[in-house]
Amino acid sequence: MLNTMTTPTAPVPHPGPMLTFPARILEIKEEAYAIATYQIAFESEAVRKTYRFRPGQFNMLYLPGIGEVPISMSSDPAESEVIGHTIRYAGNVTRAISRLQTGDVIGVRGPYGSYWPMERLIGDDLCIVTGGIGLAPLRPVIYHVLRHREQYGRVYLLYGARTPKDMLYTDEYEAWKQQGIQILLTVDRADPSWRGNVGVVPMLFYQLRLDPKKTAVLTCGPEIMIHFVIYEALARRISKERIYVSMERNMKCGVGLCGHCQFGPAFVCKEGPVFAYAAIEPFFGVEEF
Amino acid sequence: MPELTPTIGAFVSIEKGRLQNVMDALKAAGYTLVGPTLDEGAIVYDEIEGVADLPRGWTDRQEPASYRLQRREDDAYFGYVVGPHSWKKFLLPPRRTLMRVVKKEGAFVVVDEEEPAPRYAFIGVRGCEMQAIHIQDRVFLGGPYQDPGYRARRQQAFVLAVNCTEPGGTCFCASMGTGPEVGLGYDLALTELDDIFIVEIGSELGATMMRETDWRPAGAFELQQARDALAEARRNMGRQLDTTDLPNLLYKNLEHARWDQVADRCLSCGNCTMVCPTCFCQDVLDVSDLKGETFERVWVWDSCFSIDYSHVHGGNIRPHTRARYRQWLTHKFASWIDQFGVIGCVGCGRCITWCPVGIDVTEEIDAIRGEV
Amino acid sequence: MKAPKRKIKPEKRTKPKLAVIKFTSCDGCQLSLLDAEDALLDVADAVEIAYFVEARDRRLPGPYDVTLVEGSISMPEHIEQIQEIREQSKFLIAIGACATAGGIQALRNWRNVDDFVRMVYAHPEYIDTLETSTPISEYVQVDFELRGCPINKHQLLDVVTSLLIGKQPRTPTYSVCMECKRRGTPCVMVSKGVPCLGPVTQAGCNAICPSVNRGCFGCYGPMEAPNTESLGQHLLDIGAAPGEVVRLFRNFSGYAEDFRLASDAFEEMMA
Repeated sequence: MLNTMTTPTAPVPHPGPMLTFPARILEIKEEAYAIATYQIAFESEAVRKTYRFRPGQFNMLYLPGIGEVPISMSSDPAESEVIGHTIRYAGNVTRAISRLQTGDVIGVRGPYGSYWPMERLIGDDLCIVTGGIGLAPLRPVIYHVLRHREQYGRVYLLYGARTPKDMLYTDEYEAWKQQGIQILLTVDRADPSWRGNVGVVPMLFYQLRLDPKKTAVLTCGPEIMIHFVIYEALARRISKERIYVSMERNMKCGVGLCGHCQFGPAFVCKEGPVFAYAAIEPFFGVEEF
Repeated sequence: MPELTPTIGAFVSIEKGRLQNVMDALKAAGYTLVGPTLDEGAIVYDEIEGVADLPRGWTDRQEPASYRLQRREDDAYFGYVVGPHSWKKFLLPPRRTLMRVVKKEGAFVVVDEEEPAPRYAFIGVRGCEMQAIHIQDRVFLGGPYQDPGYRARRQQAFVLAVNCTEPGGTCFCASMGTGPEVGLGYDLALTELDDIFIVEIGSELGATMMRETDWRPAGAFELQQARDALAEARRNMGRQLDTTDLPNLLYKNLEHARWDQVADRCLSCGNCTMVCPTCFCQDVLDVSDLKGETFERVWVWDSCFSIDYSHVHGGNIRPHTRARYRQWLTHKFASWIDQFGVIGCVGCGRCITWCPVGIDVTEEIDAIRGEV
Repeated sequence: MKAPKRKIKPEKRTKPKLAVIKFTSCDGCQLSLLDAEDALLDVADAVEIAYFVEARDRRLPGPYDVTLVEGSISMPEHIEQIQEIREQSKFLIAIGACATAGGIQALRNWRNVDDFVRMVYAHPEYIDTLETSTPISEYVQVDFELRGCPINKHQLLDVVTSLLIGKQPRTPTYSVCMECKRRGTPCVMVSKGVPCLGPVTQAGCNAICPSVNRGCFGCYGPMEAPNTESLGQHLLDIGAAPGEVVRLFRNFSGYAEDFRLASDAFEEMMA
């Protein structure tokens, strides 16, 4: 028998945390080489109406027989009946997704994980620093800022990609700029059309004058890039508590039960993927940790 | 005193053979009995019918990488410690189907969930094992997302615990505060003396199962004898571990040279994680029929020692054994506390005994503490 | 909100063509496929078995979508044949210890093959053989390797299914111990001192040998990053003779690199 003194119980019995819900693909938009954004909607109206997500969270997308994959939402959190996922075709599941068409059905469960703390950041300047597909989980932040522009101060987007063709969401930049988001772009390799910066993302910090007391940094990308973003942010006296990092680990179940995504004390699927750097500092950068 | 039930918290005394009456009562109440029994060369946990299936008169000699069965000089029912199995075999089966999915008209439906759980009565749960169950309760029932299969099996389980009076060669439960006496959470707890069992009544249900048994209140001398035996057991632990400030000790030594040394010996075979009664990591397998029409999602025991465990796009986080062993040890003794508010080790010694090359966690931690 | 449902086209695609080819081997792995019984009918339903001499006489020419290759390369004509097969095959799977590691016949790689030929055959001059018996991957690009002596039929079906539903096949690369512990077998080495290669051998067989009280003899070949040195040393510590350790590593998958290096190292220790 369960001993009530020592066994914690949840308020509501959960129907099964791994249960997936069918969702239909409404639209597929190619973004770059082997990257596309899938707009999906849950088949069940009840699920569609109650589902909400916050910027930075992820869903588990499922294809029967193939498997599941964690994908961040890349669309506007204020419009959660149609959910956008920007997917890079890399593994078994994402490659199988690349063969799907509009009208096909996949399984979706979520949202999971922590989020960019938009409430806590009200009144701040935001410095969004990201590379490649790392912009996907940060696009909901931009949408949120655009909807609540008066709540945030200066907003910078520092973004890099391998080549100009690899940049995501380029057709939206103009609209973002018009609402006062300052965009600084860089590429690793330019093509003849490129007139902008060439080099790594963290170098873009040198083009800014940030107010350390007011600025928060939000970053997502390869760990090595994050490493240098943190370095540049700390060098500008931005506090560890105000540098937010999205981490990647092997998220298999999304609900903290399978153990795979551990990062020191945290399960990245539960306490992460978004962490304040102050929380992970002792472990960040420890080799193979 | 038939037809009477003892009160919760009472200590009663029964003739050893009367244990069969308790088991019969459990079976009559619809429980499947699982408990220690002899298999090829080891005492394992499996379905049993009654006391005759217990490894009576046997004991185990355990050292790093070595486990041997031996005949005892007496015919004690529980004169051994823990073997290669643990109760997670029943609460968290090594392989289970989570859901079945059938393709239907371009979409799919989830047709089935986990199979209904049997009602188990666990016979012979030791102090370390009781704590291991509490720890897995925190993992699977303590957070916002619960494992319904685990919950079903756990809620129905009856626990007949046994206090250890003869610790094994790799035991260190006294250091971990989990034994040799069983802590809270059992329905009945036995202490085996020469001729009798002293039974502590832990729950209403436990009391009910005593109804058919000829019991009497335990005598003062008997209780003293039991206390002495447990105190003696506490002094005779095969191993010890200084648990002072383990999280800081490990977190501050993530680059200690000892990790390289243990990696020279470690086979990265995963045995320690498989036999550990608290290790809970699982992998999800996607199974399909040949036609691609029906599918299953299957959970199997996984281990942080497999390379694929830490797979991310573009590679694996922990390609080297050094990092995998460090992950396991720091999880068990440090980050577990951050995650679940409790240390992940119960001091049962299984990882020491069943490591094919006899790596000893207590020795490794001592080395990191600088005491070797 | 709802997009129009995708029209379900009647399935009118041609079935993928499967070929099963053998080189130097005992045919045991092909038998694993025949042994799949009920599932074999499903396989025959899902693919066109174009070439499978063990099962039927009909031999359709290539190209093949999936080719299962059993056996090692041990004769001069094999080299040209396997290259031809590679050209004819979209996805080539080497099956079994012979095709993935050279097999038990690769023991000759440690000796002079002519000595054996003279020893065994009355007319050695009729025998035309290579110096070595080596895996398929020595000569051509292999898309997937299915280990074991013989292979496990469930793994084989899993691989075929993966290809049919558009998934890159994957089999576990961790140790046999993981499967041994999942099925609850008490470790034969710890509880009885039986030498066992389980901790350095790749899973896939569902740990059969320990379940019948025998040590694993490594027929699935080396696991991911095996620590053969530590295990070998431990076997010596628990009383195995060095020669025994050499023989243990030098077995059905003995020519696989990690096992080959291990047996060579322990042999050197004996000298």
